[in-house]
Amino acid sequence: MSNLIETPALSKVDRTHAVECLKQMLRIRRLEERCAELYSATKIRGFLHLYNGEEAVAAGVVQALGPDDAIVATYREHGHALVRGMSARAIMAELYGKQEGCSRGRGGSMHLFDAQTRFYGGNAIVGGGLPIAAGLALADKMRGQNRVSCCFFGDGAVAEGEFHECLNLATVWRLPVLFVCENNLYAMGTRLDLAQSTTDVTKKAAAYGIAAEAVDGMDVFAVEAAARKAIAKIRGGEGPYFLECKTYRFRAHSMYDPELYRSKTEVEEWKKRDPISSLMSLLKQEGAFDDSAMDEMERDVARELDDAVAFAEAGTWESLSDLERFVYSERRPL
Amino acid sequence: MSTAAAPLTYRDAIREAIREAMRKDDRVFLMGEDVGRYGGCFAVSKGLLEEFGPERIRDTPMSESAFVGAGIGAALGGMRPIVEIMTVNFSLLALDQIMNNAATFLHMSGGQFNVPLVVRMATGGGRQVAAQHSHSLEGWFAHIPGIRIVAPATLEDARGMLATALEDPDPVLIFEHAGLYNMKGQLPADGGPVDIDHARIRRAGRDVTIVTYGAMVWRSLEAAESLSKKSIEAEIIDLRTLRPLDEVTFLESVRRTHRALVVDEAWRSGGISAEISSRIQEKAFYDLDGPVQRLCGAEVPTPYPKHLEGAAFPQAATIAAAVEALVPAHV
Repeated sequence: MSNLIETPALSKVDRTHAVECLKQMLRIRRLEERCAELYSATKIRGFLHLYNGEEAVAAGVVQALGPDDAIVATYREHGHALVRGMSARAIMAELYGKQEGCSRGRGGSMHLFDAQTRFYGGNAIVGGGLPIAAGLALADKMRGQNRVSCCFFGDGAVAEGEFHECLNLATVWRLPVLFVCENNLYAMGTRLDLAQSTTDVTKKAAAYGIAAEAVDGMDVFAVEAAARKAIAKIRGGEGPYFLECKTYRFRAHSMYDPELYRSKTEVEEWKKRDPISSLMSLLKQEGAFDDSAMDEMERDVARELDDAVAFAEAGTWESLSDLERFVYSERRPL
Repeated sequence: MSTAAAPLTYRDAIREAIREAMRKDDRVFLMGEDVGRYGGCFAVSKGLLEEFGPERIRDTPMSESAFVGAGIGAALGGMRPIVEIMTVNFSLLALDQIMNNAATFLHMSGGQFNVPLVVRMATGGGRQVAAQHSHSLEGWFAHIPGIRIVAPATLEDARGMLATALEDPDPVLIFEHAGLYNMKGQLPADGGPVDIDHARIRRAGRDVTIVTYGAMVWRSLEAAESLSKKSIEAEIIDLRTLRPLDEVTFLESVRRTHRALVVDEAWRSGGISAEISSRIQEKAFYDLDGPVQRLCGAEVPTPYPKHLEGAAFPQAATIAAAVEALVPAHV
């Protein structure tokens, strides 16, 4: 039996790695499902934006990054944080608002941060993270560090001025930024073609002279291969790269969204291309995976999440006397 | 202190601060619109490109949000950026980055990510450049927790505050009054960082406290000289820092003089003058011999003609008149 399996895009992928990709996506899916339950149970409050359906994008891109690279993500970022190596415990405690959370509970679902893995947030302003990624890349360039700053944003951000300003700036300064557009076809509830002069967002990137490519965001191998290629070019000093991942959000925009703007049929059509079940079928067909292996993987993930929820439950509330901390740094030279 | 160097301008003082910081620390760089080849729209950075090159004196596209945000990112990435925004009116194009990112990252990340960013911009009116280049919006910015707001009135502060700001772990916004760039003065050759936590008494006086900052310090000093001839001695507090606000200094002064006038060239409604007035009435009410008064910019977008513009801002004569109305003749 070969160690390689053939993907839908006809590339060859190592079996062990293929199984790892499945596991990463499954971790995200089950985390998001757990979040939805905990939201209904009022353990998690505020805004909660789930990533179901889009897992192949985070799993594919984040696995292609090196440990020293930086990530700037959006308010739909649980998956990116998890694949990046932030613990499910720290993420879940953050969603609970407990001080054991990755941002001490101060940020919540939309603001996961982690210095250890260079995860610069969860940014809840559409387009607001792009300048930060450009600046991180500028620092690396000026300090001669061969690192990549990877910036995730949705198709909605393409209409923001900051998108255009940053693509231009990154090109003019040849900044090592990987721009990843997670195009799920809706800017909150507004369909792409109702808000964009062209629905081919790579054309907008290309207008700034950035190498731009669109990939099937439901195929983790296609995403990963494209990301690896892009990152190699960026590290080679070729400047920024723009990757559009065509994907779809299976659940509502947030927990408040009744989904009046799209049909159930459309959602069901996209679910047929579920990145997780598609990969599972492929692995079974290639003999790399069977039901018992699947059960074991599910058990592993469930254990990880049970542990995370228990950790969050056992977590503690920050003292009220700390309310005004973290507004200014506690140590100043003067 | 060493001997004073040759006379300089406020503009020169800022340039010297930038030059000194860049020589000392290779993480420091300057970026903004026309800071390099053009020499800076107010000529603050003139000559720096020749000394430091285009990597560190970095001309940006006309993209305020992108380059201010890039300053935040670069600060997070270990650099010490100085971002120049031409005028405070243009800073509104970068308000998202200042408010939603620079001011919040430390908090949202639970203390993990501080943003050692310095943003400089020109503020203030008096140059007949009309309604999109003349406003004083530093009071707006002072509303935001998470950033520090400073407004140097003197050459010493113009140089020293920048040095201090670069050492601060958090974002500092420096509001340089455009009408002061040509002001001449002397600086000690070894002048370094100055305290940015406290207001300063620029003139001692027994009869009334004038609380002000920026260019209005000089106008208030001029008013104080004319008042002195009428035996009214005004104490002048230069706030220097609008956030965090040093209330101790002006409250102590008011407790001595028992009267207060706030002079602010920004609009009155909802401005920093309202904040100062409020704090005095909250904390020194029983020390007051009369209501706190305010003299502010007229509530109008800055007009172009000289006579209208002049009337829109506090002047030495109007400040003196406001004090005379506040201080009884028998003093």
